[in-house]
Amino acid sequence: MKGDKKNTKQKETLIKVLKYIKPHGFLMTLTILMAVVSVVLTLYLPILTGDAVDRIAYIFDPSELSVDLGVIWVGLFGILKKMAVVVALTVMAQWIMNICNNQIVYNIIQDIRKKAFRRIEELPLKYLDAHAHGDIVSRVVADVDQFADGLLIGFTQLFTGVVTILGTLGFMLSVNVGITAVVVIITPVSLFVASFIAKKTFSMFQLQSETRGEQTALINEMIGNQKVVQSFNREGKTLEKFDEINGRLEKCSLRAIFFSSLTNPCTRFVNSVVYTGVGLTGAFAVLSRGLSVGQLTCFLSYANQYTKPFNEISGVITELQNALACAARIFELIEEEAQVPDGADAVTLKDVKGEVGIKDVSFSYVPDKKLIENLNLNVNPGQRIAIVGPTGCGKTTIINLLMRFYDVDKGSISVDGNEIKNITRQSLRTSYGMVLQDTWLKRGTIWDNIVVGKPDATKEEVTAAAKASHAHSFIKRLPNGYDTVIGEDGGSLSGGQKQLLCITRVMLSLPPMLILDEATSSIDTRTEIKIQKAFATMMEGRTSFIVAHRLSTIQNADVILVMKDGHIIEQGNHQELLAKKGFYAELYNSQFAIA
Amino acid sequence: MGKLLVYLKDYKKESVLGPLFKLLEASFELIVPLVVASMIDVGMTNGDKGYIIKMCLVMTAFGLIGLICSVTAQYFAARAAVGFATRLRHELFAHVQKLSFSQMDSEGTSTLITRMTSDINQVQSGVNLVLRLFLRSPFIVFGAMIMAFTVDVKAALIFVVVIPVLSIIVFGIMLVSIPLFKKVQARLDGVLGITRENLTGVRVIRAFGEEEGEIRKFDGETDALKHMQMLAGRISALMNPLTYIVINGGLIALIYVGAVRVEAGILSQGQVVALVNYMSQILVELVKLANLIITVTKAVACGNRIEGIFEIPAGLKETGLTDTSKNQSVDGAKQEKGTVEFDHVSLRYHEGGEEALTDIHFKAQRGDTIGVIGGTGSGKSSLVNLIPRFYDVEKGSVKIDGVDVREYPLTGLRDKIGVVMQKAVLFEGTIRENLLWGNENASEDELWEALRTAQAEEFVLQKEKKLDEKVEQEGRNLSGGQKQRLSIARALVKKPEILILDDSASALDYATDAALRKSIKEMPGETTVFIVSQRASSLLHADTIIVLDDGNVAGMGTHEELLQSCQVYQEIYYSQFEKKEGVGA
Repeated sequence: MKGDKKNTKQKETLIKVLKYIKPHGFLMTLTILMAVVSVVLTLYLPILTGDAVDRIAYIFDPSELSVDLGVIWVGLFGILKKMAVVVALTVMAQWIMNICNNQIVYNIIQDIRKKAFRRIEELPLKYLDAHAHGDIVSRVVADVDQFADGLLIGFTQLFTGVVTILGTLGFMLSVNVGITAVVVIITPVSLFVASFIAKKTFSMFQLQSETRGEQTALINEMIGNQKVVQSFNREGKTLEKFDEINGRLEKCSLRAIFFSSLTNPCTRFVNSVVYTGVGLTGAFAVLSRGLSVGQLTCFLSYANQYTKPFNEISGVITELQNALACAARIFELIEEEAQVPDGADAVTLKDVKGEVGIKDVSFSYVPDKKLIENLNLNVNPGQRIAIVGPTGCGKTTIINLLMRFYDVDKGSISVDGNEIKNITRQSLRTSYGMVLQDTWLKRGTIWDNIVVGKPDATKEEVTAAAKASHAHSFIKRLPNGYDTVIGEDGGSLSGGQKQLLCITRVMLSLPPMLILDEATSSIDTRTEIKIQKAFATMMEGRTSFIVAHRLSTIQNADVILVMKDGHIIEQGNHQELLAKKGFYAELYNSQFAIA
Repeated sequence: MGKLLVYLKDYKKESVLGPLFKLLEASFELIVPLVVASMIDVGMTNGDKGYIIKMCLVMTAFGLIGLICSVTAQYFAARAAVGFATRLRHELFAHVQKLSFSQMDSEGTSTLITRMTSDINQVQSGVNLVLRLFLRSPFIVFGAMIMAFTVDVKAALIFVVVIPVLSIIVFGIMLVSIPLFKKVQARLDGVLGITRENLTGVRVIRAFGEEEGEIRKFDGETDALKHMQMLAGRISALMNPLTYIVINGGLIALIYVGAVRVEAGILSQGQVVALVNYMSQILVELVKLANLIITVTKAVACGNRIEGIFEIPAGLKETGLTDTSKNQSVDGAKQEKGTVEFDHVSLRYHEGGEEALTDIHFKAQRGDTIGVIGGTGSGKSSLVNLIPRFYDVEKGSVKIDGVDVREYPLTGLRDKIGVVMQKAVLFEGTIRENLLWGNENASEDELWEALRTAQAEEFVLQKEKKLDEKVEQEGRNLSGGQKQRLSIARALVKKPEILILDDSASALDYATDAALRKSIKEMPGETTVFIVSQRASSLLHADTIIVLDDGNVAGMGTHEELLQSCQVYQEIYYSQFEKKEGVGA
């Protein structure tokens, strides 16, 4: 049963691969045509060679011939010329076939990579937050690569193999039907052997692919955080863990590679049986005068030519197996359910006033662990909402919901009276300017990183934004100013500098609403005060949500929400909350408390 | 590539036996036609059915022996190749772990990951194929040439021309395409980089509605990759046709020369047929070889990329580890245990770049709490990063217990120091496993004690499985504040002589932050503590506060002293306590 399941899975994968091949129908036809041409010509060449050799026989023993030796020489030259033409045509056909195959394969894998990447952009955060990034990366990079290799080798050899088999079969039939039957009956045994081994090894390849994914995930985690590993002197232990997976990978790779490589010798053995069978039946046929020795020799060589592609094909099957196992992993990613697409009638937010309503919202990441329950909040346009509370109380979760990174379990959130479920994500999200505590910068220049939200910004606009966020002075001091290329994740910029760049981004795009989640946590307070001023100007007339620990930064908020364990326990402005002498007052006083 | 082959040394036996059995199999393959010949010559001419059957049995036996040889060869080759790749991966991982912070910064994580995964896989298939087939093909090619010589020296000269031409084609194509395949892999790095970037930055990208832009960028990267692949593919696509044309050209020449020699009465017809057969034998082998060469070329290109990583010298040099210096350090340690001294230290990250730190000079006594404060990019993290020798100073020296950090073995040095970084990072495993990073042998009580000090006890207790609660990769299932507190606890489990908190409480609210500082202060033993912070309140009670401004020391002293004398400190302080002091910044 289990084997059947794997078999169907393999078939499904194959069908999906064929769907990717379909658009390249023209090239496919061309490549198959070229395969036919090159194989037929290749098979024709030995006949010409034989002819030539026959003429040499006449030269060797002219007594049997009545014609002049000169005529034989002319004939020989004619054959040699023909051979040259055949060779030239074969070469052309082979070359065109190779080029077509390259074209098909590389286009297909690009197609697959693009699809996979698009899917990553569309997957709900729920999926991305819950899956190891290294594993996803391994699918998009390593698996697709392996798939490409298998597909390319598969294409080039499978076609020529199949056509050679058919061609040789034709030539053999023209010589002797009986012996051809012997060949045709025994040969499928090798196909049977090959497919048996292929079936058995598919799961081994899949295990290998999975183990590889696991290893990539570990590499991603450890090498990505090498600094921590080193500071704890954990290189040895990490290596041990790596070696454990590496050892498992070694075992399952060895199994997969060895067992799949059995195909070749096994089919070759079947072939030698075929060869012997032809020899035996042929020899008896010769003795009973049914066949000439010359024909037998020809037959033996064709029998050899007929079975060789079976070897190659079985070799190819190994490659294809591996390729299919990799393809299955990629398709898994591509077929992962994307976030519910925007409805056809989804509203595009325009001229956002900034009225936000949260009604009876409940939400949790894990079903049995309640986080936010029955949250209600009405925000008028232009209001400043500050959210405070101890760590882990659900502040960041509210932002996840406002931005619709996650969908609410119950209740609804609306902007300007439209439920956010009915607003296009793009217009909802770009209505907010968001600065998070976790800074994110991409590889590229400082400029590229700033203009993310407004790619067509002018130099004046960018400098103005950078000045407002006080990033201009440090950018100026970088070797190439705004054109300085920064490495992955900001390279050697300090935490604060990265945050300044993220703020500059928002300052540049000036969206109608703001979300500042610990936006200035890594920035020194002197700069922060200056940025706060810029923020204050920016927040003028813009609805803003601010999460902060430094209570000094939120004292001017219109409404302060004090959260604890997913609930709003206090609500009001700074003065009101202090007067209440509740949780907020305690929190506020603690920052001046003498430790 | 060549240097990587040392990792085959544990598989000497396999790497020799694999090809050997393959050759054995090939030899049996070469004998079979002779058996057929004798079957025709002896069996059929004499009408001896018994002889024919006997010969057929011999052929089947040869087939069986061939099968056994081949299976053995496959096994040894697979073992050697997989074992080689496993060793290589191990060594590469171990090597990358030894790279210093600045080397990691400049290499970038993505490329290290592709090299450790995709590149090694390519090398593995390459080695496997070479062991299985690369000896076999030349064996048959040269074997056929030698056989040709035994038939007729003059006609065999055609082989002498054809084979070098073939070699030139094969190696020429390899030479051209190896750099191209290397470029292909570099493009692949780009694709990997952007994929990683999009996974880590998914929130920001979606917040800016930039999905389409990123897709366009990715499409650009894959386009570039495709074009490089096509270019490399076009070159290797020449291999098959070119070799075919040369061989068959040789064949035509052979028939012509053969005919001339037959006319002169030097060769017989049968001998010409033999020569022609040898030429086609070479062709069959070369067709196989051409397909292999593509794989091998890729493997070599990837191998070179891997070698490139090995060529980066392992991280920081551990010098002066002679016995005498060790003794010295022990002596020194007795006198000045727990002290940290910066002796006119300057630091520069990139040659020719600006100095990140300039002339830092101070000494911290055992048990002191040193606060480091300053503007964004003023060099706070740089300063503390020098203590565990994450980077090397450019000028001056950093001394711990009176001994230059460069004199310590790195592990010994880092064992003394607990570092909590700005970005809290946890690893896949349980909370317990993460804490044990600090000290493998810590007892249950010690773990809880560390958690208590780090203000993490409460939330760990709330977890269903307490210490055995699962932590997902990079601590995804914990909040920022929880991660920070766990990473502090992890450093405390170490019971370090020197504790460095590099702005590691930024995600904590004030109350928790204050409680944390209080409990660290009350820790038993005299730990020297460095606290880097933006919050003046976190540093109020430090024994010494170092105020940094653009990599220079702007002031040093206690809170009271600095408030009197240091303008930068005043600005920072009043920016946070304006209300209390009634002064705006």
